Amino acid sequence: MKRAMKNSRRSPFAAILVIAAGLVMSGGGYALATTAVESATPKTAISAQEQVKEGEKLFLANCASCHGKNGVGTANAPTLIGVGAAAAEFQVDSGRMPAQASGPQMQVKPKQFTSDQVDAIAAYVGSLGVGPDVPTEEMIAANGDVKNGGELFRINCAMCHNAVGAGGALTEGKYAPTLMGVPNDHIYEAMLTGPQNMPVFNDANLSPKEKKDIITYLKYVESNPSAGGYELAGLGPVAEGLFLWILGLGSIVAVTIWLGAKSN
Amino acid sequence: MSEKAKSAKEHNYESGLAVVAADKIKDPGLEPHRVRMTDKSVAHERAANRQVAALFILSALGSAFAIYAYFAFPLTDDLGTVRTNTWWMGIAITLGLFGIGLGAVHWAKTLMPDAEVSEERHQTRGSEEVRARAVEIIKLANEESGFSRRKLIRRSLYTALALFPLPAIFFFGDLGPNPADSLRHTMWKKGTRLAKDPDGTPIKASDVTLGSIFHVIPEGLQDLHETKLEEKAKAAVILVRVDPAELKETDERKSWSYDGIVAYSKICTHVGCPVALYEQQTHHLLCPCHQSTFDLVDGCKVIFGPASRPLPQLPIAIDAEGYLIAQSDFNEPVGPSFWER
Repeated sequence: MKRAMKNSRRSPFAAILVIAAGLVMSGGGYALATTAVESATPKTAISAQEQVKEGEKLFLANCASCHGKNGVGTANAPTLIGVGAAAAEFQVDSGRMPAQASGPQMQVKPKQFTSDQVDAIAAYVGSLGVGPDVPTEEMIAANGDVKNGGELFRINCAMCHNAVGAGGALTEGKYAPTLMGVPNDHIYEAMLTGPQNMPVFNDANLSPKEKKDIITYLKYVESNPSAGGYELAGLGPVAEGLFLWILGLGSIVAVTIWLGAKSN
Repeated sequence: MSEKAKSAKEHNYESGLAVVAADKIKDPGLEPHRVRMTDKSVAHERAANRQVAALFILSALGSAFAIYAYFAFPLTDDLGTVRTNTWWMGIAITLGLFGIGLGAVHWAKTLMPDAEVSEERHQTRGSEEVRARAVEIIKLANEESGFSRRKLIRRSLYTALALFPLPAIFFFGDLGPNPADSLRHTMWKKGTRLAKDPDGTPIKASDVTLGSIFHVIPEGLQDLHETKLEEKAKAAVILVRVDPAELKETDERKSWSYDGIVAYSKICTHVGCPVALYEQQTHHLLCPCHQSTFDLVDGCKVIFGPASRPLPQLPIAIDAEGYLIAQSDFNEPVGPSFWER
């Protein structure tokens, strides 16, 4: 293998490099072109119809290869008709979409679009069929009832996302992500649309007021330190037990050895 | 030692029949005494002297800081102050006590006399005189009390002693209520509406959209007081709507669901944790305690983990107003196994 590499003129990485360079150039060129379009039209001037049109363009370029033209879905990805603007905004704004690779679960990564582009895509997907809309600022403001939010969170969310929203494991490589640091609108949209394996919590199940309370609770947990000392990532008895076994028992053993050792 | 005596020693039968091998590991005896540095050098002795004093001073500082911390980090309405208060007072008190302990041990180890003393264990068997005296005392006691002679007293005492513990058997019966058949029944009855946990709002079938999960209690449970948690621990249900085409239902259970809406007990059949981690796409239902996994679309069969039985299904229907109701109680006991199940 090594010998063959020495003899061949090109390293096998050359091809990868060339492809990567090509991708960066075409992608970068495209990004330049789209931002040029974006800056040419002032934000306030975009009418709802133009926004949908702009969204359609972005959709065709970035999403249609998997979700199909007009969002009808393909063998690789589900239809987006009727998922609503809220679902699209959640997926694209959190960086989960466009998907980086197929796998048990789509990962959060840096956002691939500007906020205006995300809004345009969301508006376009929302126009495909009747579905939940993006929540307003008032709906996601963290000024609800913390106590009620905490109770609802423990009943509806804590089993997967952990009592303090630290996240947890599911089956076959899937997991419930941590909710610490997640923007309010994403929390609201996730409850409303049930992304990936998360179940849906529609307004009959958790009313908009109750969703607001849950957001308030999560923001409270995020900004208030745990009264019980260091959380150790809030992962529960396994992390805490391991810590005690190693550090607690370790120091008891060390002290015992010191007690029994003769002084030099 | 003569040759004969030596060979007799090789097999020693004194402690019963076990053969004690002559080449067993020898008692290594005491280690040779090692003179400490503090006994050899004045500099070391002074250093140890300072170390012990430093540890005691550290303890004194810790105790003083504990008093300071009590006032400097007061508890207020903000829960976060519990953490700072506990943290600093804990560290300070630990220093206060641990410093004294460390100093005392270090003092004893480095500066107090280190002469080694060994003491032999005394024999377990008493001397012949002591044993003879003990027998004498027992005989005398028997003689004086007439324990062997007075049959009536002896036998009545035996009877009294034998009966004395018996009442406890009946008292122990009162330590907990007899569960009777309460493990086999829950609050669900024919016609009980399915309601949202915790506020008890009844649920309409139309509220349960595809992919939704509802955490359900029987309507009326929210108004109970003393027995609320006991009833909830048995009656908690999860309600999910899936595509009816995906449901694999036995003929017997075809009528237990409503238009793809199924209701299952939330209590794990392993040790009773709330099974509530639902994956919308795979329809796996996961228990957070020991990862038992149930297949929601296939009668909640166990597909992974230590649970040994499927989750019991609650047969549901809708009433005239469109609210979801129970057709009956569960058809089997919910939750973990018990002795008669």
